[in-house]
Amino acid sequence: MKEFLADLHIHTVLSPCGDFEMTPRNIVDAALGKGLNMIAITDHNSTRMCRIISEYAATKDLTVIAGAEVNTSEEVHCLALFGTWEQVEVFQFFLDEHLLDIQNKPSIFGDQVVVDSDENIQYTEKRSLITGLKVSIDEVESFVHHLDGLFIPAHIYRRQNGIIHQLGMLPKNLNYDALELTPGSYSDEYVRNNKPEVNHSLIFNSDAHFIDQIGKFSTRLMMESTEFSELKFALKNSEGRSVTGLQRN
Amino acid sequence: MKLIELIKILSLTVYSPNAVPDIEVTGGYTCDLLSDVMGSVNEGQIWITLQTHRNVAAIATLKDVAAVLLIKGLKPDQEMLDKALAEEIPILGTNENAFEISGKIYHLITQ
Repeated sequence: MKEFLADLHIHTVLSPCGDFEMTPRNIVDAALGKGLNMIAITDHNSTRMCRIISEYAATKDLTVIAGAEVNTSEEVHCLALFGTWEQVEVFQFFLDEHLLDIQNKPSIFGDQVVVDSDENIQYTEKRSLITGLKVSIDEVESFVHHLDGLFIPAHIYRRQNGIIHQLGMLPKNLNYDALELTPGSYSDEYVRNNKPEVNHSLIFNSDAHFIDQIGKFSTRLMMESTEFSELKFALKNSEGRSVTGLQRN
Repeated sequence: MKLIELIKILSLTVYSPNAVPDIEVTGGYTCDLLSDVMGSVNEGQIWITLQTHRNVAAIATLKDVAAVLLIKGLKPDQEMLDKALAEEIPILGTNENAFEISGKIYHLITQ
């Protein structure tokens, strides 16, 4: 068993608000530079950059998990993370089906492009990725778990799109694999005092939109390896795996 | 104004319950951010929103609102409806948007 450092919420150039520098090479280099062992690629309502970054990192000492930061119909942001490319593919169909048909205006919101590891544009997403999907948080949670993925409400205390702000309180009927905190005005005391009553793992992620934000917040995990199944155990605190610490750099 | 009169005048849909309680609507609050509603809506007010999540019923109960009014033809989620029925919170609906219906209700209550 070993301790690994994970930042499971990173945007790329595909997110309209993601910086132009958030390319496969830059993200992987920055993650390695920050000593991360594991990252998750989570663009708004899209998984289309995941495979390129995962393939680019294949020869390096970094595990890349595929996912998305889903915006539900209640405008709650939730991370959905997956362990296989089949699951990612099915989830991408789900996202495409439920994304609103509103065109992105790059001049206002930013470009939404998929770039390869040589920084060539492979694809341009025409529909706006930042809007809420046509599906509720209940449906998203249920579908993510149907695909055996991880469902993690993002930046739960944030005023913009945090679950508690949007819905007043943490809905008790949903199955959360963890709850996420991102950089903000959190002191250790704040985190301790505001830990939700329910017993979920709390994790730190950077929610990086710019290169220098990668790894700013991260989570230490005690696991056998960086396999997805190990991450699942660690978030559940089972099989001897666990979340061992929250790190702020 | 009585809730039942408001329903009649504005032709509101009643999702729950079948028998509307004989209560007075003292005001209204229009907002979709549930954390804000929790801090701001008052007892006896009608809460106008597009959110159909079950937490709407929970907050409506907590704050003892007169009714929840869903706008733009939105229907309550089943879980919201079940909870509202159990707690006897009237859930209403309209096809109008928040601006139009809030204006009409404001006019009716304050005239």
